[in-house]
Amino acid sequence: MKILYFAWLRQRTGTPTETIELPDGVTTVAGLMAHLGERHPAFAEAVGAGGIVRCAVNQRHVDRDHPVANGDEVAFFPPVTGG
Amino acid sequence: MRVQAEPFDVGQELAQLTAGNTGIGGVASFTGLVREFAGGRRLTSMTLEHYPGMTELELARVEAEALARWPLDASLIVHRYGKMLPGEPIVLVATASAHRHAALESCAFLIDWLKTRATFWKFEEGEGGGLWVEAKEADDAATKRWHLATGGELV
Repeated sequence: MKILYFAWLRQRTGTPTETIELPDGVTTVAGLMAHLGERHPAFAEAVGAGGIVRCAVNQRHVDRDHPVANGDEVAFFPPVTGG
Repeated sequence: MRVQAEPFDVGQELAQLTAGNTGIGGVASFTGLVREFAGGRRLTSMTLEHYPGMTELELARVEAEALARWPLDASLIVHRYGKMLPGEPIVLVATASAHRHAALESCAFLIDWLKTRATFWKFEEGEGGGLWVEAKEADDAATKRWHLATGGELV
């Protein structure tokens, strides 16, 4: 599974992208976020501190109860500020 | 729809948009510029990060939604990424239709939706260093108004 981070989340995790194996029992975005928080304490801190983190699975905006599977491309980022 | 690092010329883009279609009665456009002052400080530059691939998909989705809602003859979104200086253009949204209401409304819709869906993030550099721009609740409200207007679902 490919994970991408953008903007200040990229700076906090120290990496723009990483490839991971989805652990057994992790089936949703929320579960994946908990798992990534163990890999990157800064990610857990950012989410826990009330930072608003949005998610896209396979390049579509999704909510945290959205399913995830190995082979997905999952991106985490702050609310967008283009335009 | 185009995502590019280079600046663009608004006049040239609008001329190209309507060239060869004399059924068009009006063009509405919005150009976003880099402001020199933000949050009470003077900026030296602004850098836009984006999500290559998803950005293009999301802009295409927003544009398709506008074409489904209004009778448009042509539409255009040009959005830049990378480093920009105060006064430079960031984004151009333009819509062309036989009549003004479709063009004006769809243009406002496109920029409102784009601001809350297209995967761009602004980083402003200036006095005191660099800061990631925070999303505004007013932008979410501006997008929601289009859902209320049509009874559409917020996805």
